[in-house]
Amino acid sequence: MTELAGEANVAPAPPRSALQRVLDSDIFYSFTGSPVTIASAVITLLLVAAALLAPLVAPHNPFDPASLSIADSLLPPVWNKDGVSDYLLGTDDQGRDVLSTILYGMRISLSVGFASVLLAIAIGVPLGLAAGYFGGYADAIIMRVADVQLTFPAILTALLIDGVARGIAGPQAYNDVVFPVLVISIGLSFWVQYARTVRGSVLVEANKEYVLAARLIGLRPIAILFRHILPNVIGPVLVIATINLALAIITEATLSFLGVGVPPTQPSLGTLIRIGNDYLFSGEWWITIFPGITLAVLVLAVNLLGDWLRDALNPKLR
Amino acid sequence: MLAFAIRRLMQAVGVIVVVALISFALFRFVGDPINQLVGQDTTPEQRAELRQQLGLDDSVVVQGARFIVNAAHFNFGISYQFKRPVSDIVAERLPATLELSVLSAIFALLVGVPMGVYTGLYPASWLSRVFLAVSLLGVSLPTFLIGILLIFIFSVDLGLLPSFGRGDVVTIWGTWTTGLLTTSGLRSLIMPTITLGLFQMTLIMRLVRGEMLEVLRTDYIKFARARGLTRRAINFGHALKSTLVPVITITGLQLGSIFAFSIITETVFQWPGMGLLFLQAVQQVDIPIMAAYLMLVAVIFTVVNFIVDMLYVAVDPRIRIRGVQA
Repeated sequence: MTELAGEANVAPAPPRSALQRVLDSDIFYSFTGSPVTIASAVITLLLVAAALLAPLVAPHNPFDPASLSIADSLLPPVWNKDGVSDYLLGTDDQGRDVLSTILYGMRISLSVGFASVLLAIAIGVPLGLAAGYFGGYADAIIMRVADVQLTFPAILTALLIDGVARGIAGPQAYNDVVFPVLVISIGLSFWVQYARTVRGSVLVEANKEYVLAARLIGLRPIAILFRHILPNVIGPVLVIATINLALAIITEATLSFLGVGVPPTQPSLGTLIRIGNDYLFSGEWWITIFPGITLAVLVLAVNLLGDWLRDALNPKLR
Repeated sequence: MLAFAIRRLMQAVGVIVVVALISFALFRFVGDPINQLVGQDTTPEQRAELRQQLGLDDSVVVQGARFIVNAAHFNFGISYQFKRPVSDIVAERLPATLELSVLSAIFALLVGVPMGVYTGLYPASWLSRVFLAVSLLGVSLPTFLIGILLIFIFSVDLGLLPSFGRGDVVTIWGTWTTGLLTTSGLRSLIMPTITLGLFQMTLIMRLVRGEMLEVLRTDYIKFARARGLTRRAINFGHALKSTLVPVITITGLQLGSIFAFSIITETVFQWPGMGLLFLQAVQQVDIPIMAAYLMLVAVIFTVVNFIVDMLYVAVDPRIRIRGVQA
């Protein structure tokens, strides 16, 4: 969206407003034609808004020890005969309202997800630009590293970085650095895709006339790469970023579920599922199933958006 | 062909050496192995003696060379947690993971390929839509959530299947244990296999579907139809056959991922394999086991990749020609 507005500034001639340009665009047309996409966009926006506004919309503050009462622990959801209307989706073992912990947990899941995708872009895109534009040794080294990393699944890389951080920081200090470590371990395991995609697009773009023209008037390579080539290769990056956001949320949830992610004091959705998993056998299914459903719906909606974006930005399918 | 094989082999060796260096760096720079091995009441003299024995006073290069030589013999020293040789522990744990991984791959193939063929042949039918919806769920649901849901439905609610462990195992060939020969072992395998294989299954299904849709539009299939061949001969004899090349490749490559992803499945089902061992090692900063696991995965990955590359070249003549020229 901002990109479109930016284009409007560069070309002042058309009298149409930025909003009008968005409404007239092919992307918006393809958006309105797909009910599934509209539904997933609405769900994603609702979930993100609920997560952002968690302190305002959550019925309880699950992290305020004063408001917790152990007598209210392990209450079932409200439609169950033992349910209490105050706790819509029941409570967990510490008497925390499940709905509220989900809202706060989604906040953590989403922020770790966004931050790791941004980190992956910040690493992968410049490396891909450099590899594609300069070629030679830079290209060979960057792509060899990418190849080696690609042999390992993301979850393994993330686990390894996490383990190393644990070893260096020690168990106590580790809890203070757990969020940066998570973001770094997930971000570092995803950069390869951006680098490869951007490199591929740059190889095509670098020989086009506008790049030659820019070189001819003596622009520095940095300026050519970021001001001229980058805007033309950003489409695929957006698609990967959307799909990666879903993957990053899954990876964070998986790490937290495995017990190497965020601590139970600041639970993400994955941590909530892990905590609840211990109670599954004693019949308190709601502690784990509701965060699980939330996670699945969130990831599914983001994935569907990514699928649509890929098709909408692909000129072959138009 | 030979030049291609040699080049790939060099690459594979390069990857393994890089991973070995990373593993060594873990050993050398993360934590102090002496502190991990001995208790609080060990005197500084005893520590120094142990340091001498383990060769930790030698130069980094000597230690690195020794590490690589030892790693080649799969000798990773003594686990910090269990105080036992890593190779013994791995030998105990490996069969459980390999059995699970191979079964999952077979499951993914046996279910994924027919689903892919069906959705490719009848893209508009309602069953295809159901399959595609299932595959979208398979991609979106995290592995551990699938495992938890299966446990919730089949163990907690219906009480049909065991929710953790391998059941009764039988020892064959020395240390190799298998759950395939007992009823409880087989029952224990069902849910972990599905959990681990589901993602690969959806992947294979989508791949076969895409390839089928593409192949069915080609001229030689049209010609086969014009010749009046039976549908079965066209669909399976001609169309499916040519889709199998990428399927073999992807399945082969995914075998390594399955092995790595077993970390999650093994945690959900408390499966006593390599994944659970590695996870405990990460939590306890048990570097020898982490290094051994890393090397094992690297070797499995590169060997599988190498075999797949060779198979690919052997099966598809187009690549054989290009590969030799490149």
